[in-house]
Amino acid sequence: MDEYPSISLPVSESQLNLLERLSNAVAVSGDEREVRAIVLEEIQPFADEVRVDALGNVLAVRHASGENPLRVMLAAHMDEVGFILVEEEEGGWHRFEVVGGVDPRVLVGKPVVVGKDHLAGVIGARPIHLTTPDERKNALSVDQLRIDLGNENGKKVKPGERAGFATRFRQAGPSLIGKALDDRLGVAILIELIKNPPANVELLAAFTVQEEIGLRGAKVAAYALNPDLAIAVDATPANDLPLWDGEENTRYNTRLGGGPAIYVADAATLSDPRLVRHLIRTAEEMGIPYQIRQPGGGGTDAGAIHKQREGIPVVSVSVPVRYAHTPALQARLLDWENTLSLLYHGLERLSPELFSEDR
Amino acid sequence: MKALIQKLVETIAPSGYEMPIRELILGEVKEVADEVRVDALGNLVVRKGQKSPDGKRIMLAAHMDEIGLIATHIDENGFVRFLTIGGVRPHTLYGGRVRFLNGVAGVIGGERLENMDRVHGFEKLFIDVGATSQEDCPVRVGDVAAFERPFLDLGKRLVAKSMDDRISVAVMIETLRQLKDTPHEVFFVFTTQEEVGVRGATTAAFGVDPEIGIAVDVTATGDTPRGMKMAVALGKGPAIKVKDTGMIADPRVVRWMADTAEQAGIPYQLEILEGGSTDARAMQLTRAGVPAGCLSIPCRYIHTPSEMVDFEDVQNAVRMLMALLQAPVDLK
Repeated sequence: MDEYPSISLPVSESQLNLLERLSNAVAVSGDEREVRAIVLEEIQPFADEVRVDALGNVLAVRHASGENPLRVMLAAHMDEVGFILVEEEEGGWHRFEVVGGVDPRVLVGKPVVVGKDHLAGVIGARPIHLTTPDERKNALSVDQLRIDLGNENGKKVKPGERAGFATRFRQAGPSLIGKALDDRLGVAILIELIKNPPANVELLAAFTVQEEIGLRGAKVAAYALNPDLAIAVDATPANDLPLWDGEENTRYNTRLGGGPAIYVADAATLSDPRLVRHLIRTAEEMGIPYQIRQPGGGGTDAGAIHKQREGIPVVSVSVPVRYAHTPALQARLLDWENTLSLLYHGLERLSPELFSEDR
Repeated sequence: MKALIQKLVETIAPSGYEMPIRELILGEVKEVADEVRVDALGNLVVRKGQKSPDGKRIMLAAHMDEIGLIATHIDENGFVRFLTIGGVRPHTLYGGRVRFLNGVAGVIGGERLENMDRVHGFEKLFIDVGATSQEDCPVRVGDVAAFERPFLDLGKRLVAKSMDDRISVAVMIETLRQLKDTPHEVFFVFTTQEEVGVRGATTAAFGVDPEIGIAVDVTATGDTPRGMKMAVALGKGPAIKVKDTGMIADPRVVRWMADTAEQAGIPYQLEILEGGSTDARAMQLTRAGVPAGCLSIPCRYIHTPSEMVDFEDVQNAVRMLMALLQAPVDLK
């Protein structure tokens, strides 16, 4: 496969183009068709086995070349936060609910795309001329908001259809700006690893559904794949801006530019300490920058995976992103490249002896 | 048995980092076990006995993890900011001492209290390990710690950190040692990650695939001044769980346990716990479902550094498990 020579930095133009397509596609939890189509198209020429399971997860296998390889599951979720239409009202407006965790304060005034034809809509609000200072003190709640499709288009979509933010992907110097980088950055990394895998492991890639509403796809994917170990590849918030009062920021979660974020603990998972050490060793010996994600809340697909069957050792690695779960996320190209690099070399150096280490 | 209890409760091993306690338990049980294995999540699974024609495959579960703290940030002056592993509450932390798995000790301090009526949340507390800067701090982000507090023998009553659930670990080890003859295939499972959501028991139960599951864990009491309303007290015998917030115990298992206790003349109490759950929940819901119950050791001041149990309750819990395991079971 000549068009994918052995892994190298920086990422190629074609990888960036793929990330752009993935970011612009809309795949709100429960309706992941657009991203699934891109994933299938990209991996089918390279994967040894591909199937779509009952919940819509794409499960792909790339065989190892050696004997008795470790069976390693990598999981990246295809879905994104967004909206579901609930009720059509006269005039082309739709009442809607939020799918996944979105702060209602970021919704007002945002353009959205609705349904499979990406009809243009806007989450509108009364303009400043017509509001009182008192009204402007309170955030509008979701039940006060509507998606306005313009009179005619409003009739072309039905309750149950999804809507997503309309942000188009952009590169800005060293940064990437777009919607749904959580977790299209991870999806793109998994696609690349299928195209260009380390030869020593049996690569079981799960492009999962419904992560944003409770790790639902990963649960059944892990049951089906039943791997020796699993790594969730995701995006995690970087809350790394200075505090307004000049105090030390002690709750940054991760920092943009700090490299891939390795998880020790979040609300859903305590990572296997052997896998954490393995990734840290890999990063330090290969000279790849990394950071430990601050232990705390949140969760990744690893939270569902590790409790399947007789237990599966897991760790998560995330690309840091600012402004997660808003219309416009920002990531650093270099963090994305380094995450791919850490995963590639981490997998390449895996061996069953790891599990005889103390934990 | 008190010497065993002291060793168990003084070991530092929070959820996800159970290796020190697993090694200790392994050393205590390997001579008397028929088979021992450690699964992918670190559960220690110890088999005793073969299944006879009127025997069952029974899983007993006591969790070996304890609540703890995890470092989230080392600040410019070397103070360690932290969050919790499991249900630690801020008011139990002031002035407390902790020990990290790497051996580093520290004390917990807090930002100035503006109002004595309002306890600080975790974001305003920190661990002082004696460092003077970020550079000379021997703790890294992600390092874990647990309370450090010596075992206290008050004669009739015993006090320690991590009585929850090392006291049940001691009960199971003692039972395993005494159990010479059983019609059942008994799996003594020392589980991991209970305090963060019965995670170890979830996968251990899938692996063992039991016909009956019994958790051994601590439960709260209602016998302290203006405490919670609860019909369980220290010293009135081990408690047979009827219900908690995660599980309704199988009524047949409750009857089996109560009948057995009465026949053997062992004091017991019935327990309804209005906050919390145990590994029994995970066993009950594994695979196609399992009849499950829980034998509880009454315990005061749960999830503080000084958890108190009654030694007679502990000894009676061993007698109870022995009586349950030595005869055939017919759930009805």
